[in-house]
Amino acid sequence: MVQIFRPSANLLSRLSIFGTILVLVELILITGVFFRSDYWRQVNIAIEQPVPYSHALHIGELGLDCRYCHTGVAQSSYANIPDAETCMACHSMIQVNNPDLAPIFDSYETGATIEWVKVHDLPDFVYFNHSIHVNKGIGCSECHGQIDEMEVVWQEQALYMGWCLDCHRAPEKYIRPREDVYDMDYVHPANQITVGRSLVQEYNVNVDQLTDCFICHR
Amino acid sequence: MTTNSNNTSLDLNAIRARLSGSQGQQLWRSLDELADTDEFRELVEREFPQGAAEMTDPVSRRTFLKLMGASLALAGISGCTYQPRQYIAPYANAPAGWVPNVPVFYASTFVLNGYGSGVLVKSLESRPIKIEGNAAHPASLGATDVFAQASLLTMYDPDRSQLVLKNGQASTWEDFTAELQNALSVQETSQGAGLRILTETVTSPTMADQLNQLLTTYPRAKWYQYEPVNRTNSHKGAQLAFGEDVDTLYDFSQTKVVVSLDADFMSPGPGYVPYSRAFTNGRKVSEEHREMNRLYVVESTPSTTGATADHRIPLQAHKIDSFARTLAQRLGVGSAAGAEFTEHEEKMLDVIARDLEEHRGANVVLVGEHQPPELHALVHAINDALGNVGSTVNYIEPVEVRPADHYVDIADLTSEINAGLVEMLVIIGGNPVFNAPADLRFDEQLESVNFSVHLSLYVDETSSLATWHIPAAHFLESWSDARAFDGTASLVQPLIEPLYAGKTVHEIFAEMLGQSDQSNYEIVQTYWQSQLDAPFEEAWHNALSLGLFDGTASPVKTVTLQGSAVGEFVASESEGIEVVFRPDPSIWDGSFANNGWLQELPKPQTKLTWDNAALMSPHTAIGVLGLNIADPNNPTINDYEGLALSNGQMIDLDYRGGKLRIPVWITPGMPEDSITLYLGYGRSKAGRVGDGVGFNTYALRTSDAPWFGSGAEVTNAGERYSLVSTQDHWILEDRDASIYRVGNLKEFAHDPEYLKHEIHHEEFGDAEHEQFSLHPNAVYKYNAWGVVINLNACNGCNVCVIACQAENNIPVVGKAQVAVGREMHWLRIDRYYSGDFDNPATYLQPMACYQCEQAPCEVVCPVAATNHDREGINNMVYNRCVGTKYCSNNCPYKVRRFNFIQYTDIESPSLKLMYNPDVTVRNRGVMEKCTYCVQRISAARIEAKERAVQQGDPEYIIEDGAIVMACEAACPTEAITFGDLNNPESRVSKLRAEPINYGVLTELNTKPRTTYLARINNPNAELETE
Repeated sequence: MVQIFRPSANLLSRLSIFGTILVLVELILITGVFFRSDYWRQVNIAIEQPVPYSHALHIGELGLDCRYCHTGVAQSSYANIPDAETCMACHSMIQVNNPDLAPIFDSYETGATIEWVKVHDLPDFVYFNHSIHVNKGIGCSECHGQIDEMEVVWQEQALYMGWCLDCHRAPEKYIRPREDVYDMDYVHPANQITVGRSLVQEYNVNVDQLTDCFICHR
Repeated sequence: MTTNSNNTSLDLNAIRARLSGSQGQQLWRSLDELADTDEFRELVEREFPQGAAEMTDPVSRRTFLKLMGASLALAGISGCTYQPRQYIAPYANAPAGWVPNVPVFYASTFVLNGYGSGVLVKSLESRPIKIEGNAAHPASLGATDVFAQASLLTMYDPDRSQLVLKNGQASTWEDFTAELQNALSVQETSQGAGLRILTETVTSPTMADQLNQLLTTYPRAKWYQYEPVNRTNSHKGAQLAFGEDVDTLYDFSQTKVVVSLDADFMSPGPGYVPYSRAFTNGRKVSEEHREMNRLYVVESTPSTTGATADHRIPLQAHKIDSFARTLAQRLGVGSAAGAEFTEHEEKMLDVIARDLEEHRGANVVLVGEHQPPELHALVHAINDALGNVGSTVNYIEPVEVRPADHYVDIADLTSEINAGLVEMLVIIGGNPVFNAPADLRFDEQLESVNFSVHLSLYVDETSSLATWHIPAAHFLESWSDARAFDGTASLVQPLIEPLYAGKTVHEIFAEMLGQSDQSNYEIVQTYWQSQLDAPFEEAWHNALSLGLFDGTASPVKTVTLQGSAVGEFVASESEGIEVVFRPDPSIWDGSFANNGWLQELPKPQTKLTWDNAALMSPHTAIGVLGLNIADPNNPTINDYEGLALSNGQMIDLDYRGGKLRIPVWITPGMPEDSITLYLGYGRSKAGRVGDGVGFNTYALRTSDAPWFGSGAEVTNAGERYSLVSTQDHWILEDRDASIYRVGNLKEFAHDPEYLKHEIHHEEFGDAEHEQFSLHPNAVYKYNAWGVVINLNACNGCNVCVIACQAENNIPVVGKAQVAVGREMHWLRIDRYYSGDFDNPATYLQPMACYQCEQAPCEVVCPVAATNHDREGINNMVYNRCVGTKYCSNNCPYKVRRFNFIQYTDIESPSLKLMYNPDVTVRNRGVMEKCTYCVQRISAARIEAKERAVQQGDPEYIIEDGAIVMACEAACPTEAITFGDLNNPESRVSKLRAEPINYGVLTELNTKPRTTYLARINNPNAELETE
């Protein structure tokens, strides 16, 4: 009787064993990479909103300040989306017939709310506070990018914890003078580390405390 | 007292025996501990009982596997899509001055039994999320009771009634008003002869005005009041004593001696917070201040007041009268010839009488609401004879609109219905079908009324028998008003539109008065317009922002004692076993039965949750259950085991025509031959939480003996029932003086340091040296948060537990989960007994995470999910936790809690609105524990830092008192103090420097940040030898 499995079949079995391990490892790696990818976090993907509001036009060209609409940013953890009334301060006179603005007019008249799509969505166990950052010299553009050039807003950073910690461990790399916080075109000086260190001291940033868990999680 | 086995070395026992003289007696928690049962050893040795982590119920295990399969499949599907889109819905027109995500506090009034107490309600984006006390309000002083805290959950309760019902069928408000008008037009012809209105206790001025109008429009109509817990006896007592109706106010601030005759003045009720606080302030001792008041309590049921007492005498409720009369006789008031007492009681009477005489004008004698009017009158006479009137005891005009005898009112109403005189019955709140005296059979009568309306938060027992049910607006959704115990009027202000289109009493009355065009707001405002001086707008807004109408407190009234006050001594005849009724400390009269926070709250004395029971003393239980115990006065360890096993044994109670089968709970400190029954359980239409929980004790309560009566027949039913008590949960190993320290004033005054010895120093001879530790020696250069809890101020009232639950999104787990030791309360109150089981001293100790500087939990976490921060707080990071539970296993204080399953309700839409957005809502599989309310610390720190950087200050400063923890804020007696230990001027630093400050289990070198001030008793020297 002839052997069913000849010695050469050993190779097949070895290949299949190591192949399975390889595939499994790769699968894990691919999954890991996928969940850390910009695609998964929707980084750099422009998100359409119910009203095609352009930051590029309002901030970049017309020169509005961030705080005109995001009134809470310096006093609250939350930099709010403006109410329809804020829009109507100008649009009761400008572009009154623009059909794109219909949801704003509706909302203003009926009191119904506009559902804007959330672009920056942190996990529920993270307690980010806008006011402490802008008060201590972290500019809007550090996290949000060049908003003043965006027609439609996208998420500039992946917002991973490692990325947060990069600054929380060494804020001197990103801190800027308080008066420049809302400046979208701010460029860090060549001697940023030196300047940064003195700003950290001036604004009394307790750097070691910034990596305490309860600073962001609770 | 501990009958522990003698495997510890003889030296230790000798040391303990020696120390027990200086640091109080040995403590015990339960009969199980005395018996040292296997179950008890397991609770001591393990963090969770054996098997707690396994799913033993086969059905739930199968369901669990199914769910797991489903969630795995879903995980696979969702893996290839984006995270779900979320939306932001801004205002269309934001209110002026609104700052997003910054809470605003509104003043309102919480009403219990008709009496108001001021609250400040935290509102975030127009949602009420936490209730705090209003420091400006005399009935609140910044604190609350448990019910005010928990009423938040009631407002969001998804079981609340949402529809107008007619005979159980959905209907509309319009249909109702049309039928109401029809019925009223019939009444108009007869001047309202067939109209009856039944309310609970009324103090609301607006409601009084409306009732007045109604009774003018319908002169033959009648208004009745009934509430199972009421002040009938004290009103009738005042009538007897003074010939007129007055309310009594007590001033504890200067009292030296307080005698409570079954008066539980440190439990919820009118004046609860101010009385507790003033009395407790007289008990706070320090190195400088070595004086305190003395409290004698004679009571028929162990209570929070009794736990605070220096001398406590358990006495059957009917004997308190003769005790009081004998005491009065010794003070020269009346006579009580023939009363018989034991030798010990005689001695107590002598001593109390002498103590009272010595402090004339600086003492208070109080009597409980449960005692008969004659006794109330006598106590007025005693206070008068002692010269207390005008100093510690004052009288005011009654606060209630019409003080009524509630039992007569409900009896009259029932007989009128029976006689066919009632054509139209309007019931405002309450639940008389459930809680009216059983002998009246109110339920049968209500059905025979043609047109009956019930305004109620739930479709309860009464609603389902009434023709119409109208969903009521919760107090957080209504405009109204109420008066406090001292007469101060304040407004009830809504925080949110009624969630379920509920109506207020004012709207119903306005409808009946033909003023339906007025809104709830307009009704209340119109009334006050007629009361307030111009300019009205200003006065109104002041009242809204301050939370009360300034200067509306009732003025003190001078009254003359009538000869009839003293009354006659009638030797009480009592046969058989006495039954005593009390409002439940957790769910009150049953109206909070559907509130999970309150149901799960361990009761202050028994630590029972999710049930009521027949409380009785060990000796009574031996007799009633026929236990085979040779010498009850000298029990052996086996006897204790037999007693411990009797908990949950069912008995049949046959009392005044009612029958009830209810489990036994052996309660040390109960008087002999007496059974206490808590009211409010056994609801059939409370909602999903409260239905079928406990036993309906109203079935035994009759109108002639609403609070106590004798002659109960008790038989052993031969069945068992599973009662769940947390008294042995999270128990620490028995090193008594390391856990709870008790001293007495005499020795403290002589040597304030006398409680300072550490046992381990004596054991190991290491008093001077810093103990060696492997932990890095951290330096705290910023703030170092710490807490000091004054055990002399804590009476175990539980408010802190509920406040913590509301603030920190702590879930309710249900009876079955509590039974396996999985309750989630971050803050628990341990109850210890000391002394024999007939009348032990009761000690209460709030316990939450101590934020150890050298924390045993931190070093064992394999994923570093619990870490130390630069301010000394032990950070628990939920998103890192993988649920190994090692930390909990290594925690000597057993203060960590684990989410074994998905306890938090993350599905119910209304509950989602309630959760505090500043605290993570925890999921299954993570550990959690007290954080010192880190969200409040964080908010204060950010505010201070921003202010400093804006002003260019070099450093930020958080003022002492700027951060108040939820438990601290709610505490009526200010027992808890939070602050910065790095600031030598902070209150907490000063308290920590007190000689009676000590830490729990400090021999473990954990360096806890929470420490205690030892309890100091002030026993009378003449009684000390006993």
